[in-house]
Amino acid sequence: MAIPTVMGTEIEYGITVKNDRDFDPISSCVLLVNSYREERVARILWDYDQENPLADARGFQVDGEKYTPNQQENIARNKTLENGARYYVDHAHPEYSCPEVTNPHELVVHEKAGERIVEISRREANALLPEGMLMLIHKNNSDHKGNSYGSHENYLMNRQASFKQIVEHLMPFFVSRQVYTGAGKVGSENRAQPCDYQLSQRADFFETEVALDTMVKRPIINTRDEPHADREKYRRLHVIVGDANMSEYTIYLRQGATALALAMIEDGAVDQELSLRDPVRAIKEVSHDVSLKHEVELQNGRRMTAVQLQREFFEMAERYVASREMPEWSVDVLAKWDEVLDALEHDPRQLADRIDWVTKLVMMEQFMERKGLDWQSPEVAMMDLQFHDLRPDKGLYYLMERQGHVQRLVTDAEINRAVTEPPEDTRAYFRGQCLKRYGDEVFGVNWDSISFGIGDEPIKRVLMAEPLKGSKAHVGELLERSKDAAELVLNLRA
Amino acid sequence: MKRQRTTQWNDADCLGLGWASAAESKQKGKQGGGGEAGGSQGKGGGAKKLAKKGEELKEEMDALVDEIDEVLEENAEEFVKNYVQRGGE
Repeated sequence: MAIPTVMGTEIEYGITVKNDRDFDPISSCVLLVNSYREERVARILWDYDQENPLADARGFQVDGEKYTPNQQENIARNKTLENGARYYVDHAHPEYSCPEVTNPHELVVHEKAGERIVEISRREANALLPEGMLMLIHKNNSDHKGNSYGSHENYLMNRQASFKQIVEHLMPFFVSRQVYTGAGKVGSENRAQPCDYQLSQRADFFETEVALDTMVKRPIINTRDEPHADREKYRRLHVIVGDANMSEYTIYLRQGATALALAMIEDGAVDQELSLRDPVRAIKEVSHDVSLKHEVELQNGRRMTAVQLQREFFEMAERYVASREMPEWSVDVLAKWDEVLDALEHDPRQLADRIDWVTKLVMMEQFMERKGLDWQSPEVAMMDLQFHDLRPDKGLYYLMERQGHVQRLVTDAEINRAVTEPPEDTRAYFRGQCLKRYGDEVFGVNWDSISFGIGDEPIKRVLMAEPLKGSKAHVGELLERSKDAAELVLNLRA
Repeated sequence: MKRQRTTQWNDADCLGLGWASAAESKQKGKQGGGGEAGGSQGKGGGAKKLAKKGEELKEEMDALVDEIDEVLEENAEEFVKNYVQRGGE
């Protein structure tokens, strides 16, 4: 029942330009995205034709305006890269959607490659700005002024799995996973209870349990139903509740634990009744409680801390993995999940080298103590931002990483490779290779198709409805044989 | 399930200190807590070693604060005040 893992993340970055009195985020985003030069991709369209963001997973279509840019705008705002990623302007934020991967390790590699790509383009864009101006990019979710922007996760699921079940079991999982996925945040927003520090950058912004919208009255579980794949077989679960994580370990655990939870849900293996009485209230209560001792109320009257809830999920996952054939990564994810929960149960500050909110908290506490500052000091709010700064020499997370204060799980060599090379085991391989080999003949791209303009012939759209087809194993040889798009199309038809 | 802790701060761990609590405990004069993991400290020179470890950790933390100080935005108040984003997804 549970299908092989396919996942990906889309990260909206914060953008600003220092000393620019007329700062306009949209034009800055367009400059930024266009400053990343991969020659062949400069004039390829993003194929909006098959996109349907107004389809709701609960089975209906919402009336609304679907925004589709004209061709020129499209090309200016959308770059599909040779590594299979999409780098684009989403409203007023630069956004990077990594290519589809099959395991949490690869996800870390590709999400980090995204950071590099955005930073490279920031440097290029900066060179074009007037003297004295400085473009800055932050991988975060909140501006301390009431505005939030997302880091979304996508997980491929079996269409057969009941959406109702998904909602029921995921709700308490999402409310509680903040204890290891939170990126940390100074203060509170969006009319939430005041606090000095909280676990998550996003928690305050969630106002409903289940809904389609992603920008106002945000739901803990988003019902967007755009599989970008064979919709008879697949669902793409679009998760908007996560934080922008910097630590490789945190990203890894976030993806791995969530993927395991979803596999369990698909296989009906969640046998504990963990539904919460008021998830929207609980998500903030959990985030605001740095002591991790607050108990949330379950529908069945029990009270549990978020760590205890996660422990329940972990134990179910452990039994689940032991009872069947599972991919290798599941064993490592379980080990790390267990270690982290242990630490959260006994001494959370042990996690300063692994979990974002702890790293940030400990760093701030040290700084405040040494400098005689407090939670209201502007330097502390500044640290909250600068932790997420993408400049390797100024970003505080990168400083911690460079000095060996945080654990690494992937290597720079892997990340650098992923900047230009697609994953080999999903359709991202086909997409990326087509751009590398036949880029001049590519007309448009989407997640599940690629179109070629061959001479004077009508545009030929190749459908890629199966995320696991189009891998190197599947099409490597075919690509080698096809010296141009015309041959490719011919060979595909054969 | 017994696991080996593989963090960079193995020494801190066997003192039962996270790297923040090391500074705290130095201040309060505590000599480290929970040492169930590691525990390679002998009985005799144990206390001295712990104190030295605490001192080293404190120095490292001070060094980190200095590094942060060096790169932290100078006009923090202004930057934070001016940092505003449009709402996104």
